[in-house]
Amino acid sequence: MSYSMLLSGLSLLTALLFAAALLIGPAGLSPLESLSALVTGQGEAAVLVMREIRLPRAVLAALVGASLGLSGAALQGYLRNPLAEPGLIGVSGSAALGAVIALQTGLAAAHVLALPAMALAGALLAVMLLLLLAGPRGGAFTLILAGIALSALAGALTTLVLNLSPNPYAAADIVFWMMGSLADRSFMHVWLALPFTLIGWLLLAGLGRGLDALTLGEDAAEALGIRLNRLRLGLVLGVSACVGAGVAVAGAIGFVGLIVPHLLRPLVGARPGRLLLASALGGAALLLASDIAVRMILPERDLKLGVLTALLGAPLFLHLIYKTRAEQGA
Amino acid sequence: MTGLSLSHLSVHRGPCPVVDDVTLEVKPGECVGLIGPNGAGKTTLMRAALGLIAHKGDSSIARLSSAERARAAAWLPQMREIAWPVSVETLVGLGRTPHMGPAQRPGPLDRAAIDAALARMELAQFAGRRATALSGGEQARVLIARALAQEAPVLIADEPIAGLDPAHQITTMRIFSDLAAEGRLVLVALHDLGLAARFCTRLVLMHRGRLVADGEPADVLNSDNLARVFGLRAFMAETEDGPVFQPLEVV
Repeated sequence: MSYSMLLSGLSLLTALLFAAALLIGPAGLSPLESLSALVTGQGEAAVLVMREIRLPRAVLAALVGASLGLSGAALQGYLRNPLAEPGLIGVSGSAALGAVIALQTGLAAAHVLALPAMALAGALLAVMLLLLLAGPRGGAFTLILAGIALSALAGALTTLVLNLSPNPYAAADIVFWMMGSLADRSFMHVWLALPFTLIGWLLLAGLGRGLDALTLGEDAAEALGIRLNRLRLGLVLGVSACVGAGVAVAGAIGFVGLIVPHLLRPLVGARPGRLLLASALGGAALLLASDIAVRMILPERDLKLGVLTALLGAPLFLHLIYKTRAEQGA
Repeated sequence: MTGLSLSHLSVHRGPCPVVDDVTLEVKPGECVGLIGPNGAGKTTLMRAALGLIAHKGDSSIARLSSAERARAAAWLPQMREIAWPVSVETLVGLGRTPHMGPAQRPGPLDRAAIDAALARMELAQFAGRRATALSGGEQARVLIARALAQEAPVLIADEPIAGLDPAHQITTMRIFSDLAAEGRLVLVALHDLGLAARFCTRLVLMHRGRLVADGEPADVLNSDNLARVFGLRAFMAETEDGPVFQPLEVV
């Protein structure tokens, strides 16, 4: 399959799933009713459901999914490791910590944007710490070390907040939030996440050439004219901006950034540069599909999106292990 | 034409010098073998000459901007890294990175360079194969083809023939000496002194970070240098098949 065919296929799939996400929901509107309400603004209840509930939810699923797929592909390419994922550099953990503090202190209840704003602040702090720890020079290894240190610290502080939580309801809120979900999000969330997401995408989209050259290792890539310091800075800022924004509005959603690049890699001839756009589209499609599934499987019980992606991710990994072993003949 | 000129080049790791005040002038058309025992500083010298590590002193290539350097010099590191299962053709095509725009679309010149490099390394039949599925020696040849596809006037290669079968060691050294004959500059670190004596126009001997001998292969590989630097006694003779060098025993 050629690269352009793959991209067209993935775009079509994403568009279809986006349409499906708009048409499926508990309100029981017919597809025709839904679309005419969305476009013409006729029919008060239907317009409310479409414009205020389903549309922002579908937009966020596509945005966050694309961010996760793109970031996963970029990190895997930079670290030359198929097991890298957006959470690795500690930005998601720190964003989650910011959100958890907002929930714990009651700020989240005071204003609807307090939680995502605190999460973004957490992500921003994490980026600054990460760049400080990893230094201006230095390769992939120091970045992983700094990321792991930061993730561990954020994780520990999150548990500390839970531990000291005097109020079981706040603790339950925190636990549910951390599972990741797109339920009850509005366009306010979209407008908050959109600028950071777009900046992140722009930064990451420019890395393809450098990531391709890194196939030969850091030394050879640098001798091919790739400025590795600049590449690393673009990577860290890009991943942080779009993943931080994603965590801020949707909570921590695992496995998408890990599994999507993995699944699509063979279809782009394993080229890290081409994997970027393909993974962004694939991530959007996967998260849209998962969010539809969440609404269809247990419509009454508010099944969390992050739980479903984790449930999907594990068997996919088993399949990968099986395939790898078959290739090795073991 | 681009030459390579190093003056008082030093690299320190902590307090101790790994490369110690090396001054070297190499002109286009020369195929220079960089020899010396393990830890003599050959790799560090080459990386400093390219400007890939912090150094004191001056190197004509390290002085260039990153983009200019990539068009002036191709670097073949000792570590043979192929991170992803890309096709051989794609991998060799990475050598064209400095010549292509940000969109990285290979033009006819790039295609021609890739095909020529594949043909020169006898890899045309491997073009569509996954590079990671090849044997170690085949991967080494693919990586050499990548450096050739870069078509830079200077080629700096760190132990490129280690792990190749004897026929491909000879072919590869022949390619390097042909490149020099075509007017390019080749600096190649080698451990096989026999091949170095046969194919290099000039040898540079390093010992403990210093450049201790520089000249015609027969002059550099004299019994005194061999004993002092390598701890070897060897047989060396000029035959009708060219120079023959064979290490005999450790002294």
